[in-house]
Amino acid sequence: MLEVKDLHVCVEEDPSEKILKGVNLTIGKGEIHAIMGPNGSGKSTLSKVVAGHEAYEVTQGDILFEGESILDLDPDERAHKGLFLAFQYPVEVPGVTNKTLLRQAYNTIAKEQGREELDPIEFEDYINERLNVVDMKPEFLDRSVNAGFSGGEKKRNEIFQMAVLNPKLSFLDETDSGLDIDALKIVANGINQIADEEKSVVMVTHYQRILDYIQPDHVHVMLDGKVVKSGDKDLALKLEEQGYDWLTDLASVSVNGEQN
Amino acid sequence: MSETEALESMVGGEYKYGFTTDVEYEDFPTGINEDIIREISRRKNEPEWVTEFRLEAFEKWKQMEEPDWPNVEYETPDFDKVQYYSATKKKNKNKPESLDDVDPEIIETYKKLGIPLEEQKQLQGIAVDAVFDSESIFTTFKEKLAEAGVIFCSISEAIQDHPELVKEYLGSVVPKGDNFYAALNSAVFSDGSFVYVPKDTVCPMELSTYFRINNMQSGQFERTLIICEDNSQVSYLEGCTAPMFQENQLHAAVVELVALENAEIKYSTIQNWYSGDEEGQGGIFNFVTKRGHCRGDNSKISWTQVETGSAITWKYPSVIMQGDGSIGEFFSVAVTNNRQQADTGTKMIHVGKNTKSTIISKGISAGKSNNSYRGQVKISPRADGAQNYSVCDSMLIGQTCGAHTFPYIESANPTAKVEHEASTSRVGEDQIFYLQQRGMDEDDAISLIVNGFCKEVLKELPMEFAVEADKLLGIKLEGSVG
Repeated sequence: MLEVKDLHVCVEEDPSEKILKGVNLTIGKGEIHAIMGPNGSGKSTLSKVVAGHEAYEVTQGDILFEGESILDLDPDERAHKGLFLAFQYPVEVPGVTNKTLLRQAYNTIAKEQGREELDPIEFEDYINERLNVVDMKPEFLDRSVNAGFSGGEKKRNEIFQMAVLNPKLSFLDETDSGLDIDALKIVANGINQIADEEKSVVMVTHYQRILDYIQPDHVHVMLDGKVVKSGDKDLALKLEEQGYDWLTDLASVSVNGEQN
Repeated sequence: MSETEALESMVGGEYKYGFTTDVEYEDFPTGINEDIIREISRRKNEPEWVTEFRLEAFEKWKQMEEPDWPNVEYETPDFDKVQYYSATKKKNKNKPESLDDVDPEIIETYKKLGIPLEEQKQLQGIAVDAVFDSESIFTTFKEKLAEAGVIFCSISEAIQDHPELVKEYLGSVVPKGDNFYAALNSAVFSDGSFVYVPKDTVCPMELSTYFRINNMQSGQFERTLIICEDNSQVSYLEGCTAPMFQENQLHAAVVELVALENAEIKYSTIQNWYSGDEEGQGGIFNFVTKRGHCRGDNSKISWTQVETGSAITWKYPSVIMQGDGSIGEFFSVAVTNNRQQADTGTKMIHVGKNTKSTIISKGISAGKSNNSYRGQVKISPRADGAQNYSVCDSMLIGQTCGAHTFPYIESANPTAKVEHEASTSRVGEDQIFYLQQRGMDEDDAISLIVNGFCKEVLKELPMEFAVEADKLLGIKLEGSVG
């Protein structure tokens, strides 16, 4: 599904600020991955770069989606291919309702993928059914996108959008942070409903707790712009107990030329 | 052509109204003096009192200076080079009785603009007065409106056919010497629409005037007068376009609205004059005086404007709330791009008791444009319980444009309540990235953000126009984030 190869990325406005320093990552179809790591390790940047954020420049390496490089594609073209990013800080769009945004988004993507667009009535039925995934009330659809939403509502809205747009690969950038335990369960439950054999999910997170509700197939640890360790769910538990310090040594080893 | 298609072609697309129509004009000298004014009046076959009205205005205008307080920069037009009257040659001097008397080129022009004048193709539910340079060419649905007692015709015709009404109201809201451009208009006004809605009548259709400047040398000095008698209602919409010329054209209009007891006038504008090219070459100078007078108790006047065109816009649709309990409203979207400059807003003058006004202004600037909101709220000593609520929001797209807000509040009554809110925001990269991530391209993303920003105003437009105004905003801002 997704292959990140030796990805080096710096900040567009300040090329001396290198954030990713050779990331390698392979996400297979239907897999759930978790990327963990301390603040500043490059997890969020990786999500944004995969989605095509213009503030970053790829200086080396490649990103392949279903076997093709997507580096030259605009963010909307990547979305048309079935890539979704749940934002760490969802953006407010005052005056535009959730429903308006989603209908335009859904139909644009459907058109690009050669699927049938939905008329307003069909869309109404579809979107109402999708509300159940994150247990939201229909009133939610007529509110302006994220405007005046609580932190938890914004995160839930991201998963709702994911449920409506039905992407092949989703990056969830710290979707779990700022959620109380009830909201966390709802969000996790939603993600579990969406993820299936065809769809892949990458959860970028600080905390192990969401992994109590979503079973990842693979867990990766990022430190200083690289993936320094990959493993299964046990790795996340180990991090929870021991923190990241024991991995710092690994990071310096790989700087010396050894593969992590 | 369906109504929606017609309206779509009226406002949609990049500036596709820049063509000129090849028609023969009557000879008319350029420049302005007493003889010219008498000649305009003579050609229009006007009664002596109208000639006098013009000449008095001209005398005042000569004493006046062009205002320099608006936040716009331009070279003052050379008033001696403007042609103040521009009529096409026709076989029959009188106003055409049927379309057969109208130059087919002009009918074709309106068709291209999305305003078919032929009876079987006319827009359903909307009566149209088509004004081409200085003349009203044709008015549709006149008979149907007459059945309801509503008079809808050009002001020139009204002067001939309903002189008593015009005499009573012309200049009663915007006096001859009100300001520099209003005085100029009063001296040389060409054509425009006249609406009279008798007592206890709800006008059965939307009324609309479509203004077209075609002649490169001529200015357009339209004059519109709308009178709504007791317990009556009317909704009126104007649209305007012009060809693309290298030179600037002058458009100085005066619009007067009179609402008597319990009457309601809703006046909507979609202004899409040619705005000049990217470098600021050409475009219309739009210097307009629009004012409504809530003369009767519990009357209401509502201005809604979507200003997207013109090189320079200088326009403050106002309401004088004289009747007790009367209401004034102003809903505005002003978009400037490239080198456009707009200084626009409103004046709400509270005279009567318990009068209420609402101002919602949304300014959007892109490119190297400059967009100013200028609004005055004035509450007179006897306006007990007056209330005003104002919101003016500005949105910036890119780094090279400007937005300014100049609110003036004067309250001479301690029982009055005045609330003013203002905000400025920038369309951020993050907002655009968010929407792009959801599949929209950059232009659609900006369009959606802008439409959301303007929603409170757009919802005030008659529905079929709101949809098209939406699109127009998107087109106007295409490619504005580089």
